[in-house]
Amino acid sequence: MLIFVLRRLGVMALTALVLTFVVFYLTNLQPNLEKLARSEGSVRMTEESVKVWLAENGFAKPVVYRYGEWLGVVPGWTHTDEKGTTRGRCIPQGSDPAEAATYCGVLQGNWGFSTVFKNPVLDEVAGKLGATGWLMMWVMIVMVPTSLIIGIIAGMREGSRTDRVLSTFSIASTATPEYVSGVILVALLASPMTGLSPLLNEWGVIGSKTLFQGSATSAMDDITFWNFFLPVMTIALYGIGYIARMTRASMTEVMTQQYIRTARLKGVRFRDVVIRHALRNALIAPFTVIMLQFPWLLNGVVVAESLFNYKGFGWTLVTAAGNNDIDMLLGCSVVAVIVVLVTQLISDIGYVFLNPRIRLS
Amino acid sequence: MPDMLSWPMIIGLMVKQFWPVWAALVVTFVVSIRFKRRLGLYGKLFDSPVGMVGFAIVMFWVFTAVFAPMIQTLPPLDQFGSAKNPLPGAPTPDGSPYPFFLLGGDHLARDVFSRMVAGARQVLIIAPAATTFAFLVGITLGLPAGYFGGKLDTGLSFLANLVLAFPVILLFYLLVTPEIRNTGIPIYLAAVLFIFPVIFCVVLLNGRYRTNPPRRNLYVGVTLVFGLWAYSGLAFNMDPLGVWGMEPNLLNVFVSVVFVNAPTVFRIVRGIVMDIKSRDYVAAGQTRGETPSYIMMWEILPNARGPLIVDFCLRIGYTTILLGTLGFFGLGVSPESPDWGSTINAGRKILSMVPHPAVVPALALMSLVLGLNLLADGLREESLKD
Repeated sequence: MLIFVLRRLGVMALTALVLTFVVFYLTNLQPNLEKLARSEGSVRMTEESVKVWLAENGFAKPVVYRYGEWLGVVPGWTHTDEKGTTRGRCIPQGSDPAEAATYCGVLQGNWGFSTVFKNPVLDEVAGKLGATGWLMMWVMIVMVPTSLIIGIIAGMREGSRTDRVLSTFSIASTATPEYVSGVILVALLASPMTGLSPLLNEWGVIGSKTLFQGSATSAMDDITFWNFFLPVMTIALYGIGYIARMTRASMTEVMTQQYIRTARLKGVRFRDVVIRHALRNALIAPFTVIMLQFPWLLNGVVVAESLFNYKGFGWTLVTAAGNNDIDMLLGCSVVAVIVVLVTQLISDIGYVFLNPRIRLS
Repeated sequence: MPDMLSWPMIIGLMVKQFWPVWAALVVTFVVSIRFKRRLGLYGKLFDSPVGMVGFAIVMFWVFTAVFAPMIQTLPPLDQFGSAKNPLPGAPTPDGSPYPFFLLGGDHLARDVFSRMVAGARQVLIIAPAATTFAFLVGITLGLPAGYFGGKLDTGLSFLANLVLAFPVILLFYLLVTPEIRNTGIPIYLAAVLFIFPVIFCVVLLNGRYRTNPPRRNLYVGVTLVFGLWAYSGLAFNMDPLGVWGMEPNLLNVFVSVVFVNAPTVFRIVRGIVMDIKSRDYVAAGQTRGETPSYIMMWEILPNARGPLIVDFCLRIGYTTILLGTLGFFGLGVSPESPDWGSTINAGRKILSMVPHPAVVPALALMSLVLGLNLLADGLREESLKD
C-alpha cells in the first residue's frame, strides 16, 4: 500500500511539474510579454524599448531558466541600472538588495504580484478560494445526495416506470451545460419580465420584482437562499445527471448479483435488501465518479461565477486571463492543477480502500 | 405596419418555415422503418423508442443545418432597424425580406431565429468534424498502446493523463487567444494532430492489401496523395490548389477541441483493445502469421465498434458543449459568428431584462445534445441485445 501511494505521489509530482511548465510557457509567450511591457511600462513604447524593458525586468532569459526562478530552484534575477540601484525578483521595493534572499519562487511562498488586483497573488488566491469554497460546499450538499438518491431509486428496479422517468431526467440534465441551465434558470426565476417572477409579483406572493436574484455579488458578504440558489443549482444540475447515471449503472449491476438473489430468496424484505446488501457495494463506483467530478466542477464554477458575477476563484481566473495578468494566471493554474491531481489521488486510494476485492501488488 | 404576432402565430409560422426539415424527416423515417431489417445496427435503432426520439432530434438539427438558407427568414448577420432587442413577433422595418422577427432580435437588431438556424450549420460542421479527428487520433494511438503495452503504453498513457489533468477551461484560455496565433503553436499542434488520420488510413489499407502489392500500391498511393494534399491545406494553409484551408481562428478552436478530446478516446480504445486482445480470433490471426497492424485494424477494431459508436455520439454532444463554452467566454470562431455559444455570450449581459436572445440558442444547444445522448442510449441498448 505504501509503495503504491508513494509511486502515485511521484507520478503526481512529475505531472504537476510538467503541467506548470506548460502553463508557464504558454503564459510567457513573447506576444504576452510584449503586451505586459506595454501595459506596465508605457503604451507607446517602440520595439527597441520593449526589448530593453524586458531585459531590465528579467524576462530576457530563456524560458526554462525563468521557470526555475518562478519555481524557486534557480537564483532570482537582479538588475543594476546606471544610477546604481539594484532591483530584482527577490528584492521587494525599497528594501536593501544585500539582505534579499537568493531564491524566491512558488516553493518559497512567493507567488508573484497580480498586475490587475494590485495585490500579492497568494493573498488574492487564498481570499478568492474561500469564496469559491462556500459555493463548492453548497453544490456538494445539493448535488451528492440528490444524485445518489435518483441513481439508487432508478437502479433498484431496472426498466420500471420510475427508472424510465428518472433516467430521462438524468439524460436531460447531462445535456444541459452550466451556461445553458444558468441562462434558463435566470430567465425563468430571476427576470422581472419573463418566467415566474412577474406572475408571482402580480399575485402578491413576493414583494420584490424577482423571485431569486440574478446576481450573486451580494453573496460575497452574506449568503442567503435568494442570492445563492441559482448559482448553486446551475453548477449542480450538470453533475447530478452524470453521477446519477453512474450510480444507476452500478446499482443495476449489483442488483443482478447472486447474493442479492440469495437474500431475496431467504425472504428478506426488498427495502432491507437494498439498504443492507446492495447499497454498500453499489456506492463504490459513484465515490470515484464524485471525486473525479471535482475538475468538472471547476469548469462549472468558472461559468457560474462569470454568469452570476460572484467574485470567486473562477471569476479571478477569467479576469486574469482576459487582462494578461501572468502571475495571477500561473497562481490559479497551480491551484487548479493541484485540485485535479489531489482528487485523482484520493479517488484511486479511496477506491482501493472501499473495494476489498482489489489487492495491490 | 403589421401588429405584433401572438405566440400561437409565431409557432405556426416557425413550423411552416421548417417545412424542408419536416419533409426530409418524414422521408428518412418512412424509408428507414420500411427497410429496417436490412440496415444492421442503424435499422435496429428503430426498435427502441428512446433511440428513435434521439435520432429524430439529431436529424432535425442536421436537416436544419443542410437547409439553413431556405429556413432562415432574414440574413443572420444583417441588422434590421435601430430598435434594440425587439420582442418575439415584433414587426421588422418596411422593406425587410420578412415582415416579422419570429423569435425577436438581439442587441444589434439581428434576427434571433435566423441566427439560431445559421448557428446550427456552424455547430454541426465543426463538432462532428472535430470529434472525427479526435477519434482518429485516439484510435491510431490507442490501438498500439493497448496491443503492445510496455514502454509505449506507459509513455502514451502518461501523456494522455497529462492532458486530462489539465482543467479544460484553463487550456482553452491559454490556447485560444489571438496572441498565440503569432507564435505558431496552433499550427504545430495541427501538424501533429492532423497527420494521424493519414497514418490511420495508410495503415488500414496497407494491412488489408499487403499480400497483393499492385492493389496495395494503388490504394495506399491514392490515399497518400489525397491525404497529404488535404494535410498541407488544413494544417499549414499551403494547399497549392487552394481547395483545403481553414481560417486561422477556426483552426485554433478546432485544434484545441481535438486536443482535449483525443486523450479520452485514447483511454477508451486502449481499454477495449486490452480486453479484446486475449480473444481466440486474435490468437488465430497471430498463428496465421498476420502482421500486428492487420490484427489491430481488421480484427480488433471492427469488434470494438459497438462501444466506439456509442461514445462517438456522446462525444459529439460533449464537443458541442465545449464549443459552446468557448463561445460563452468569447473565445469562439469570431464575435460576429452566429454559433450558439457566441450568441449566448452576447445575450447574457441583458439576460434578466430581455432573455430571448440568449434563451433561444441555449435551448437549441440543449436539445441537440439531448438528442445525441438519447441516440447514444438507444444505440447502446440495441447493440447490447446481440
